[in-house]
Amino acid sequence: MHENQFTMRFCARSENEKFARSVVAAFAAQKDPTLDILQDIKTAVSEAVTNAIIHGYRGREEGEVELSACWQGHVLSITVRDFGAGIADVPRAMEPFFTTSPEGEERSGMGFCVMQAFMDDVRVTSAPGQGTSVILKKSVCAPARADGATKIFETY
Amino acid sequence: MIDYTMQAGRLTVLLGGELDHGSAPRIRRAIDTLIAKYSPQVLAVDVGALTFMDSSGLGVLMGRYKNMARRGGRIVVKNATGTVERIFAMSGVYQVMEKE
Repeated sequence: MHENQFTMRFCARSENEKFARSVVAAFAAQKDPTLDILQDIKTAVSEAVTNAIIHGYRGREEGEVELSACWQGHVLSITVRDFGAGIADVPRAMEPFFTTSPEGEERSGMGFCVMQAFMDDVRVTSAPGQGTSVILKKSVCAPARADGATKIFETY
Repeated sequence: MIDYTMQAGRLTVLLGGELDHGSAPRIRRAIDTLIAKYSPQVLAVDVGALTFMDSSGLGVLMGRYKNMARRGGRIVVKNATGTVERIFAMSGVYQVMEKE
């Protein structure tokens, strides 16, 4: 059976960061993740979308962010893509505390670190002038119960 | 505006709702306005009521740390739990800020 998926594009505006989080959370909720897993996913998506808005289109008034997600069994695969500036040195950009933002903007440079800490897998593809694509993956299966109890009630 | 209390040189600001790149500038300005108004020795940032925070919140906190440090003051983080606490802990902010 073809797995469920969605793709959407929205303006690279900061007010859409919350919107993007909400969309992915609603999609992830289809497989009944724990609240902690849901929060992890929302946080990582927020980091990726914020990066796209701030760095992908710095100095430009117009730009779009593409957000897509699909299920691979119980693994949620999310892609955040911009069509902007691109990253010249991806490994360096992913180092903790590295930021190209001016000091007045008070960016922590921890966006990629948060993504890596909160998701199971993070892949970044980028090149100068070619935009950036960030793929985030997270299993939404809750860990097995230590007492081996079987779930006997279903929630509808 | 944000909720706050000022007592005995300690300014406590209570953050609620969602703290992200979009809301960070407003929160930053509000806290800096209070710091300028009251010149506290201690800025306590209570994050217990936040329903969401990403690393933008770290930027706000570090900026306020620099502001307080320039004034000879210090900063305390209160009631960080869950995801908020994980972000603070991984960043090392507790090396320069107290935790309550």
